[in-house]
Amino acid sequence: MSKWIPLWLHKLGSPPIFYRFAGVLRPWLLTLALLLGAVALYGGLVLAPADYQQGDAYRIIFIHVPCASMSLVVYGVMAFASFLALIWRIKLAEVVAMQSAPIGAAFTFITLVTGSLWGKPMWGTWWTWDARLTSELVLLFLYLGVIGLYHAFEDRRQGARAAAFLALIGIVNVPIVHFSVNWWNTLHQGATLRLLGPSKIAPAMLWPLLTMMAATQLYFLASLCGRVRSDLLDLESGKDWVRKLASGSRGP
Amino acid sequence: MTLQHFLAMGGYAAYVWPAYAVFLCVLLADFLAPILRRRRLLRELQARLTRQAARQRQPQPSSDPP
Amino acid sequence: MSAPSLAQACAALLRRDLTLAWRRRGDIAMPVLYALIVTTLFPFALGPESALLQRIASGVVLVTVLLAMLLALDALFRSDIEDGSLEQLVLAPQPLALMLAMKILAHWLATALPLIVVAPLLAGMLHLPAAVMPVLLYSLLLATPLLSLLGAVLVALTAGTRRSGMLLALMLLPLCVPVVIFAAGAVAAAQQGLPWLAPIAWLAAALVLLLVLAPLACAAALRIALDA
Repeated sequence: MSKWIPLWLHKLGSPPIFYRFAGVLRPWLLTLALLLGAVALYGGLVLAPADYQQGDAYRIIFIHVPCASMSLVVYGVMAFASFLALIWRIKLAEVVAMQSAPIGAAFTFITLVTGSLWGKPMWGTWWTWDARLTSELVLLFLYLGVIGLYHAFEDRRQGARAAAFLALIGIVNVPIVHFSVNWWNTLHQGATLRLLGPSKIAPAMLWPLLTMMAATQLYFLASLCGRVRSDLLDLESGKDWVRKLASGSRGP
Repeated sequence: MTLQHFLAMGGYAAYVWPAYAVFLCVLLADFLAPILRRRRLLRELQARLTRQAARQRQPQPSSDPP
Repeated sequence: MSAPSLAQACAALLRRDLTLAWRRRGDIAMPVLYALIVTTLFPFALGPESALLQRIASGVVLVTVLLAMLLALDALFRSDIEDGSLEQLVLAPQPLALMLAMKILAHWLATALPLIVVAPLLAGMLHLPAAVMPVLLYSLLLATPLLSLLGAVLVALTAGTRRSGMLLALMLLPLCVPVVIFAAGAVAAAQQGLPWLAPIAWLAAALVLLLVLAPLACAAALRIALDA
């Protein structure tokens, strides 16, 4: 089976090699993310015109939609890594799955709060129990459940496998969140962005939105690199390569 | 467009700016957490290594009564 | 001694668990008493006005039964883990999923059935109209096994961990939200004179699906959690 996996991918599964790889990659990802984010913020807050219906309140879209899509994307990454961790017991997959969870929870939290702040002036209410908001809240609970289950075990690897199993069970919620606006009558508006074909949004508003979506993707990868690195240090703290690292570096 | 006008956000400032603030603060916290954890881990590891090295240089005195 | 057939093994496990539950009869009463207390608190908290109580009756009974089952779920595997019989079961030649299905059945009989028996009383205390009672019972008969099955998978995941109570609640909540929505929706529809068969059908479909999948998932989860 491993014949079709290229050697460099195999090597990346080794903790010290991934540690170095992620350490090199992270500053680039972060810089690009911040750059794109700054450009997107400028485009969204300053350049884009006010919406004819929602006025300037619509500008929350430039953070709400990217974070919402990230909350689903991160769950997908977590579920995929969980799958790898459970089937092939790859240590790095376990770490990636477990370290994606807090980032996903952060994005989901931001989505819910910014959505609430947008809903109050537009819908007149901070919250409503429609399908999309409820399923997004359920997503937050799933993330918290995965994090909680992981930390409830003495043996970290066993905890990671149990939490990975939970993450896989919860994957059914991701399509529910995504398609909820199509399947049910919701207060939340339908999809504006379309993968194939024109989107229902003005170009001046579209490009900051897409730029911010790219920025959040890159930020997620950068943050994941950082978290996986520090978790690898903890997991492998008895090994030689970590000892060399600790004694080699004087100070932070 | 004046700064005043920009900050007022067409009257929705009380909603737009807190939203952006939450976005930046939460992601900042997410960014800092692994950095702090990594520093703490390396510090603890160094301390543990120096303790181990010290123990190897000076053999522990026997705890049996003479 | 000849090897027991699969049916004999299932019957033996079921008999064992029910006997153990009967020996701790007091534990069976706990969820029922809890449900009773919680249900009686609502009229005290909200006032005895019949119209209000009628509106919330089905929801309150459903949520109360759910919480009572959650409290009892923690004990599903606990005593078996402590005395090592669960590991024996995992190592046994019989298919683990089927054995676990028997354990879940025994647990449902011991915890959910008393709750279902007392549910009309609870609903009556909240002035649920008698015409709607059958629908409430159907929805409970379908929702409680769903909760048992879902809960069993999650309890298997947390088997042997220390602070499993709160964690179990946190994990179970997202997964049983659809069950609660459909079950309460059925009774609410019946109360308004609308057709109520569709949500019941959804619950039945989910139950059939989970009857097959949940024991398998439970077995996999148990293997993960017990594998040190």
